[in-house]
Amino acid sequence: MVEFWDIYLLPALIIIGEILLIVVPLLVAVAYLTLYERKVMAVMQLRKGPNVVGPFGLLQPLADGAKLFFKETVVPYGANKVLFLLAPMVTFILSLIAWAVIPFGENMVLANINVGVLYLFAISSLGVYGIIVAGWASNSRYPFLGALRSAAQMVSYEVSIGFVLVTVLLCSGTLNLSGIVESQKGSLGLLNWWFIPLFPMFIIFFVSILAETNRHPFDLPEAEAELVAGYQTEYSSMAFALFFLGEYANMILMSGICTILFLGGWLPPADIAIFTWIPGVIWFGIKIAVLLFVFIWVRATLPRYRYDQLMRLGWKVFLPFSLLWVVATAGFLVYFDKIPA
Amino acid sequence: MIISTIAFYLFAAMTIASAFMVISAKNPVHAVLYLILAFFNSAALFVLLGAEFLAMILVVVYVGAVAVLFMFVVMMLDINFTQLRQGFLQYLPIGGLIGIILMLELIFVVSGWALSPDAMSIGASTASASSDLTNTEQLGHIIYTNYAFLFQTAGMILLVAMIGAIVLTHRQRPGVRKQIIAKQVGRRPEDSMAVRKVEPGQGV
Repeated sequence: MVEFWDIYLLPALIIIGEILLIVVPLLVAVAYLTLYERKVMAVMQLRKGPNVVGPFGLLQPLADGAKLFFKETVVPYGANKVLFLLAPMVTFILSLIAWAVIPFGENMVLANINVGVLYLFAISSLGVYGIIVAGWASNSRYPFLGALRSAAQMVSYEVSIGFVLVTVLLCSGTLNLSGIVESQKGSLGLLNWWFIPLFPMFIIFFVSILAETNRHPFDLPEAEAELVAGYQTEYSSMAFALFFLGEYANMILMSGICTILFLGGWLPPADIAIFTWIPGVIWFGIKIAVLLFVFIWVRATLPRYRYDQLMRLGWKVFLPFSLLWVVATAGFLVYFDKIPA
Repeated sequence: MIISTIAFYLFAAMTIASAFMVISAKNPVHAVLYLILAFFNSAALFVLLGAEFLAMILVVVYVGAVAVLFMFVVMMLDINFTQLRQGFLQYLPIGGLIGIILMLELIFVVSGWALSPDAMSIGASTASASSDLTNTEQLGHIIYTNYAFLFQTAGMILLVAMIGAIVLTHRQRPGVRKQIIAKQVGRRPEDSMAVRKVEPGQGV
């Protein structure tokens, strides 16, 4: 009995505890990301934003959540019920399970697997199913069009994301996410991070994750002017909330991946005493917050892309450029004998 | 380890069950979703074997790309289900015959299976010499050292197939107005604008 406890039960309980330690702060972060977005956009548009519920509107996300929770879930008559309810769950769960391999700090990772980058790539490529199934199961025109657009969009931009990942992998020599962060460690601090030598890739990656998370200016799947609300049209109450949470959790996740690949993860920007006192988790959080600010900034600034232009950008601009950059990086590393062992 | 044994039987049973559902599901979209479930469980089996790289590639390529395309096509099909079921008995004999022939062929292939001793020795040497390397590195060594030419040849064949498919399906449609971005960006004010002085009462 004692043996059973030691070998099976205790590790399982520890893992469950660790999962809760990741998921609960993540959901709080998602809730406050919505407030952050509304406040930042309000300031950019010379408004005040939510300021009624709680001090500075700080309780607004909770009020929104409670409102959605008490609404009625409406399942359309012609919908495929099982898939209709499965789709938001898939979106939400996929946005959570990817966090299993994200290193928040040195040795602060739930599963330190050797194929971490591939795992993230696999999970993000699955995100399209939640949307496409939602669009099909709704049995309605607008959601279906939105789902088709989104499927095409996500598949196109994943290809260039893949090539960007390959360049980072070539430079760091490992598929392990902690290893990628460690490879950016150096005496120069922020100048050692990959975003300096791979600057064009950094930009391509950032634009691609905007498209991958269906954010402005690539939010065609839910373009309200032409598609009502895209794949979310028929959803209400908690089913809608799960889509919403999933989308925002994905934004945080993608910013986190961008931070790990290009901005040195948990590393401080300089090897100076005052910076190294701050724990790595805080640095990781700050970098994610900066990237999320850019997400919101882009949303408040740019008009939406037209669909054919979006496809052109993905296939005719990003794909050839990132492919060329992979070849150039590999050639450079081989010629100067700098391939990491 | 008893847990890995239980996990193996669970995933294996799920794989077979969902593969069966793929061919027996009436709704083609459900069939694709069961196919995805089958891919997932096979990936889990790879993980249990310690081949995590293959597991991830299986999910990325098959679930993330191939099945999305299936889904895309199948969702847009306009299928009449009653019509689909009508021909079942009519096609049963010929379908069964093809199935039996394929089954027999598979049995012949598997019973006559033999690995060349060269391949065995290469596999054994790489696996034993680099057991401390990660999965990805081992695969890289085998593919790019021992089988580099075969790998490149496979890549070339796929490239030719891809170009062939594009050539076969590409249509030149005359009279389509396309946006040419370079032309648009290359426009100058002097090409497209003229400043005129309009006299009052005369018009342009």
